[in-house]
Amino acid sequence: MSAATTDTLQILLAAGPGPGVGPLHDLRDAGRAALAKTGLPGRKTEIWKYTRLKALDGVAWTGPDARPEIDGDWIDAQAGFRDAWRIVLVNGRFDAGLSRLTDLPSAARIAPLPEAAGAHGAVAAALGQLANAERFPMVALNAACLEDGVAIGVEERALLEKPIHVVSITAPGAQPVAAHPRLLIRIGAGAQATLLESHLHLGDGAPAFTNAVLEIIVGEGARLGHYRIHDGPENALFVATTAVSVAGGAQYDAFALNIGAGLARNESMYKLDGERAEIAVNGAYLGVGGAHIDNTTFIDHARPNCQSQETFNGVLSDHARGVFQGKILVRPDAQNTDGHQMHKALLLSGKAEVDAKPELEIYADDVRCGHGATIGALDADQLFYLRARGVDEQAARALLIEAFLLDTVERIQDLAVREAFAEALTGRLRALQSSLAHGEAA
Amino acid sequence: MVASTETVKQVQELGADRYKYGFSTDIEMDMAPKGVNEDIVRMISAKKEEPEWLLDWRLKAFRAWQEMAEPEWAKVAFPEIDYQDAYYYAAPKSGDKPKSLDEVDPKLLETYEKLGIPLREQEVLAGVEGAPKIAVDAVFDSVSVATTFKRELEKHGVIFCSISEAVKTHPELVRKYLGSVVPFTDNKHACLNSAVFTDGSFVYIPKGVRCPMELSTYFRINAENTGQFERTLIIADDDSYVSYLEGCTAPQRDENQLHAAVVELIALDNAEIKYSTVQNWFPGDENGKGGIYNFVTKRGACRGVKSKIAWTQVETGSAVTWKYPSCILQGDGSVGEFYSVAITNNFQQADTGTKMIHLGKNTTSKIISKGISAGRADQTYRGLVRIGPKADGARNFTQCDSLLIGDKCGAHTVPYIESRNPSATLEHEATTSKISEDQLFYCLSRGMSAEDAVGLIVNGFCKEVMQTLPMEFAVEAQKLIGISLEGSVG
Repeated sequence: MSAATTDTLQILLAAGPGPGVGPLHDLRDAGRAALAKTGLPGRKTEIWKYTRLKALDGVAWTGPDARPEIDGDWIDAQAGFRDAWRIVLVNGRFDAGLSRLTDLPSAARIAPLPEAAGAHGAVAAALGQLANAERFPMVALNAACLEDGVAIGVEERALLEKPIHVVSITAPGAQPVAAHPRLLIRIGAGAQATLLESHLHLGDGAPAFTNAVLEIIVGEGARLGHYRIHDGPENALFVATTAVSVAGGAQYDAFALNIGAGLARNESMYKLDGERAEIAVNGAYLGVGGAHIDNTTFIDHARPNCQSQETFNGVLSDHARGVFQGKILVRPDAQNTDGHQMHKALLLSGKAEVDAKPELEIYADDVRCGHGATIGALDADQLFYLRARGVDEQAARALLIEAFLLDTVERIQDLAVREAFAEALTGRLRALQSSLAHGEAA
Repeated sequence: MVASTETVKQVQELGADRYKYGFSTDIEMDMAPKGVNEDIVRMISAKKEEPEWLLDWRLKAFRAWQEMAEPEWAKVAFPEIDYQDAYYYAAPKSGDKPKSLDEVDPKLLETYEKLGIPLREQEVLAGVEGAPKIAVDAVFDSVSVATTFKRELEKHGVIFCSISEAVKTHPELVRKYLGSVVPFTDNKHACLNSAVFTDGSFVYIPKGVRCPMELSTYFRINAENTGQFERTLIIADDDSYVSYLEGCTAPQRDENQLHAAVVELIALDNAEIKYSTVQNWFPGDENGKGGIYNFVTKRGACRGVKSKIAWTQVETGSAVTWKYPSCILQGDGSVGEFYSVAITNNFQQADTGTKMIHLGKNTTSKIISKGISAGRADQTYRGLVRIGPKADGARNFTQCDSLLIGDKCGAHTVPYIESRNPSATLEHEATTSKISEDQLFYCLSRGMSAEDAVGLIVNGFCKEVMQTLPMEFAVEAQKLIGISLEGSVG
């Protein structure tokens, strides 16, 4: 580890709550111990090959205390989904005042993490199990700085009629802020729920660093839809580590939409941990300006007869950079596995870059696994087709880009979410139309 | 399930005796003392009567090697190599260098005859009329023992000789190109090779010449505890063409032997080099004992406009393979191709693939990789396709297919795809599957034995690659696939 990153780590740790007491202190101590061994991810860490956290260096990061005023209307306007139970986290801390949890049925339990961990042995035991601090330095950093967060539990066979919407706001006041939101979500056997995540940014220009960790346990035969949208300005760094275990017969449908202008890394691990588990993990990203968007996924077929499907489409303009790393592991006993993965990227500018690393690691023979990756410009034939029908160049390009990204959004199983995500995406595309039309920033 | 249980049993029963090249030749050898140090490097250089600049280069490489770390990113596992426990120079003892084949030790000739490599030109000529001629450079442990058809090649201006000879006869060419594609700092194995390489082949095809016959090198490790470090350098000048074949075998021994070769190809304007390998080093026995560590650095530079380099490899041997034949596509419109069939059985491990570095405009590359894993073997395709910012209009197509036979083996695909040019088009596709029951049933119901059926299906699976091999090699490779998979399906 270089001197700069060692300093950065010390600054980040100092901004956290420090070793201390409370139900989370074990986790914090373990996080610190793991970091002392590994340090922050650096150049030598293979899985961080294409994404550097250099922007963390040389910033006087502070803890979550200093935050601007946030009003509910702003959240309504930014996050949408008014008809959902809303959990608001500001700089990683649960904000009961801004949250909207009235009429929450008793089958769903939502509580601040320290409280839940203190009251329920099961919560304390589950924390840090899926997202392992020793293997993932960013998880260790989250744990080391952990003071709050939210635990969500859905009882067996419960059917939640509205989505649960987690709105995580990173809000630097005058000072640069480092936030470490943490969520533990347990969906009981046979239950059905939808989890929405909006990662927003509120501030006047000070740098913001969000290092979120989510652990999700999907019980036997349960169904969970999990949809994330991330947006942020150029000086925002966003890292989210998501670890999901899916039990037998359960279905998990996920989508990640990234339209931020800063650095975003979504690292997700999915374990198919029971027979006939099915997951669909999809996403779309739009990188403009100096955006750096990294989607790293690891799908672990640990049991037989499971299915996984993954599709990511990305568009990169200006000098944006896109990274896709997708690994499928099929363990020795996971016979009769279906695993399919696709990543497509459009490069619109000569200074944009995309790096893809789709990976298969297979130890069972009765499998149907495959991956595909394509990188290219807009299809000249398709453009010609539209132009021949009287569509002008700029509109034709916009139409093709939109269709390319919406192709994956279509895969979202929840209709309302699909429409909302499509709207967010098309809204952003329209705002950027003139710059995307020429492939270079105006 | 029944089929796979039987598979495992069959694989276990399978003796290593199917490796028919496992014999060794009892011949008097000239050996350097065990181990490697600056004196050994100096001794090798002195034995070869090398000029000062080459010794300096070797010593620089050796010093760099001592500082370098082993590459650890490949998905292979083997005990740490004790570099001091091997011989770095072993040559069959003979007084002066033989002037003709008649002076070569008959035991050596016998060895090559047993291997099916004709060193006597008349034998080739006496064969079937119209049979294609192949010029062979035979390398036995550390030295080249014979090069055939030299005179006929000379008529066309083609230089084909051992690299030690080329250092003496064409120092300007060797000095200009040696290490220009694979610098000694490239990786630890290539670095060791640069310090202690003993022999290998040198080819120069002059401007406008289409090499009149296939050129071939046959590598044989014979002596115990030796490492083989050969170095091949092929230069195709403007508008020339050459097809080059490489074959390799080693005796069956209990200890692991190291083979760390370096191959450098240079294609100038409009030149084409086709490099084919059938690698059949001893793979170790059915318990994973013994076998060759095949750590090879192969790289071609398409320096000229519209130049082309095509690598074809059939990898069936070696205990551990670490090999990535690559193309640097510098010249505008240059073409790189990589066709590979890799078969691993028993405890073999292979981490192989290619790198296609697109630098010039309108460069194209194609990668077809077929991996077959059986027994307890582990196999990885690892590849890189990189499109530089200036490579306008570059294209790449990659297809990697893996076939698994049995449930104790592994097949992995690790491609890196990097593009920095919007006008480039890249397509990558990979699949992993097993031999379908339907295909097997279809063959069996027509009276084929299970083994023949698997051979047929696997050969069909590899067809695209096999078609790119020169005819006489394709026949050998096809048989080899059958032998390598013998008993892998019940």
